[in-house]
Amino acid sequence: MSLRHPLLGFLGRRLLLGALALLLVSIVVFAATQILPGDAARAVLGRSATPERLEALRLQLHLDRPALTQYWIWLSGLFAGDLGTSLVTPQSVYQLAAPRIANSFSLLVIVGAIGVPLAIAFGIAAAIRHNRPFDTGVSVTALAMAAVPEFVIGIGLIILFATVVLHWLPPVSLVFPGHSVWDTPRILVLPTLTLVIAVFPYIFRMMRSSMIEVLESEYIEMARLKGIAQHRLILRHALPNAIAPTVQVVALTFAYLAGGVVVVEYVFGFPGIGQGLVNAVFTRDIPMIQFITVLLAAFYVVVNIIADVIAVLVTPKLRTGAWRKP
Amino acid sequence: MAEALDHAPKPVRRRRLGGRGLGAVGFMCAAAVILVALLGPFLATRSPTEFVGIPFQGPSTSAWLGTDMLGRDVLSRVLCGGYEILGLSAAATLIGVLGGAVLGLAAGYVKGTADEVIMRLLDVALAFPQTILALLFVSLIGPEPWLIVLVVAAIHAPQVARVARAATLRVAEEDFVRFAEAIGMARSRIMLWEIFPNIVNPLLVELGLRFTYSIAIIAGLSFLGFGQQPPAPDWGLMINENRIGLAANPWPVVVPILLIAILTIGTNLFTESVARAVLGLGDNGKA
Repeated sequence: MSLRHPLLGFLGRRLLLGALALLLVSIVVFAATQILPGDAARAVLGRSATPERLEALRLQLHLDRPALTQYWIWLSGLFAGDLGTSLVTPQSVYQLAAPRIANSFSLLVIVGAIGVPLAIAFGIAAAIRHNRPFDTGVSVTALAMAAVPEFVIGIGLIILFATVVLHWLPPVSLVFPGHSVWDTPRILVLPTLTLVIAVFPYIFRMMRSSMIEVLESEYIEMARLKGIAQHRLILRHALPNAIAPTVQVVALTFAYLAGGVVVVEYVFGFPGIGQGLVNAVFTRDIPMIQFITVLLAAFYVVVNIIADVIAVLVTPKLRTGAWRKP
Repeated sequence: MAEALDHAPKPVRRRRLGGRGLGAVGFMCAAAVILVALLGPFLATRSPTEFVGIPFQGPSTSAWLGTDMLGRDVLSRVLCGGYEILGLSAAATLIGVLGGAVLGLAAGYVKGTADEVIMRLLDVALAFPQTILALLFVSLIGPEPWLIVLVVAAIHAPQVARVARAATLRVAEEDFVRFAEAIGMARSRIMLWEIFPNIVNPLLVELGLRFTYSIAIIAGLSFLGFGQQPPAPDWGLMINENRIGLAANPWPVVVPILLIAILTIGTNLFTESVARAVLGLGDNGKA
């Protein structure tokens, strides 16, 4: 591959944009934690704090230095892997965040493993039954699922399966320190179901519409007339051409989950990174807030770049021609 | 074999997913909830902060939906708890869509450097994890209504701007725009009187989509505790406050949940059918 391949230029631009966005995020996050009303140390410790403790915290937070220096200390720490110490517990941000990251990651992997194939299968099935009751039913359901906020879905599931109607599953995802979410898989069911419902409609709609389009094309008509079996026609001939736009939507959906996990984890008390962020916000644990926000932002930016690259790779016109924004 | 016949045009095409029927159902659902939210404060028989009984009492003749976690009348709180979410969502949607439309229109029509600058800024804005930053700002600065409106509007604007720009690029090539330019009409007047009326349709669809999304974000912020503060009645806040009493009296959670769900599903179904009608989309979502 020569250096002048258009894809490389595109990738370079996209990476640059991503890096710029991340840098801006870090500035915005830092600035946001600076504009805490009044003194950050007092905001953390409360009104009854002794002057000595206030002074100690100010030193720990480098509040005695100019804002720009503080930002630099924080940013260089971030790159060196020194995330600072939590203000609420004596543990380091890394110690607090690592198990939460693992839990959230587990959740996302399960959601992806269940939600993506499910949505793709329903998309194909609906496209084959285009305009029949099955298609209409699933499509309208998907429209409704896309509209309802995640926390409403989550609480609705708690009401249905964990408290009022049935008592099959635990309403909260309690995990004791030192244990993993895998020790009690039951707690994963409702958070997973909520997020699957949240990601389903977008992937389903894209799969359905691109499949309908492919099924109406002439080469599929030709294959039909040649008498190729239905399942072979769908899986071998239509799917490879129809899946491309869906792959990008899958990636974009996961980028969007960077925000979605915050609310859903809070609903179920799931000990992941999103709940960690909400807790840190309530306790004004500034180093923790800063780290989790930048982490979620990095996830969002990286997944978005992957989505863009996939979009280019799977579209022959974009892959070979000069790449232009629409 | 039946599948092979799928390609024949079917006479029932009109009456299906996203057809007029579903749009009408969506409109009625949304309108019903909006009416409850707007007229509710006048219909409530009790003050939403008045204590009327012991906490989490079941429904009775005096309190139709029972009492909440502090023993307040759930029905009155439900009736009074919707208009702020609606008002903030409407304001955020209007500001976001208008702001985005102006940006997109200017970028698409002026072209050149201004377009480059605006589009690059929008690219960066779209690369931001917006909901997380919204949560960060509102939680740190405080749940001020103006801040919530601005933050949510800022989430919408870049996406709307893209839609507006794409539409403007199409319209700007039309003969009537060329004519207006030839007779020396001011650019601002061309944008306002010649182009804008012709990009209203996609903007209307955006208005609907963005409104649904605004409700979700703003109700979600209230649910997390970053909206109206206790003891204010607020659907999002009520859901969270009364979760612990689900087994005793589920109504203070169930009713707000149903209202938010019906409202968002309604606006989404309605918007979908409007999109089909004004953008001429086929039922696979493509023009």
